[in-house]
Amino acid sequence: MYLNQFLLLAAFLFSVGVYGVLARKNGVLVLMSVELILNAVNINLVAFGAFHNTVAGQVFALFVIAVAAAEVGVGLAIVLLIYRNRQSIDLSEVDLMKG
Amino acid sequence: MLAQNIIFGIIAVAMGLAAIRVVTTKNIVHAALYLVVVLAGVAAMFILLAAEFTAAAQILVYIGAIVVLFLFGIMLTRAPIGRTSDLDNDQRWLALVVSMLMLGVLAGVLTDAYDDVKLPADGAVQRSSEVGTSIFQVYVIPFEVISVLLLAALIGAVVIARRD
Repeated sequence: MYLNQFLLLAAFLFSVGVYGVLARKNGVLVLMSVELILNAVNINLVAFGAFHNTVAGQVFALFVIAVAAAEVGVGLAIVLLIYRNRQSIDLSEVDLMKG
Repeated sequence: MLAQNIIFGIIAVAMGLAAIRVVTTKNIVHAALYLVVVLAGVAAMFILLAAEFTAAAQILVYIGAIVVLFLFGIMLTRAPIGRTSDLDNDQRWLALVVSMLMLGVLAGVLTDAYDDVKLPADGAVQRSSEVGTSIFQVYVIPFEVISVLLLAALIGAVVIARRD
């Protein structure tokens, strides 16, 4: 197996996630796209760990998984708060800080 | 070697299609279910890379916990369960251009740097016990920081989402 096939797959997942973050306006869907980006990074970490024959890649992938769990918890709490205050999670309406 | 490449191809195509559906589908619940396909595919990639502990953690944490959290989020925000046309904003084409540009640059750089670089064949397997030893010896301070971060995120989520 080539190293590059995993890296290209991760690059594709990352780009799809970036598209989702930019194009979606539902808060939950934006968080899902962020998960796609984090998973692309995890594939890269584990692939390079296998390439260099070290466990550091796996260890950092596990750290990223833990941080992603924390991120989703806080992110969904914020989305719920936005929903409670505005009765909608349309992110294009959340523009209080727009000048 | 050939079997691994065939399996990689099948899983990669399924992951790619499911990832595109996650960001384009009109149904929020379907997006969460397509996300399960992508996450399971990532776990399969970890197994192909002989990282079975990380694959198990991926399935337990992502598919077991995070997707369920997403489904709770969808329910609690009373999202429309059926098809809705109101999920994308008006920057869709700009976003498509940006992501295509990013994919092109990444693919070009990666092909330039890592073309024809093979992964080490068998005999280079990292055991799960080595992962555990590494976490609790070399990376023990980041590990403790992660646990404090998880506690802080837990308390923060409760405080933010609490009704008062």
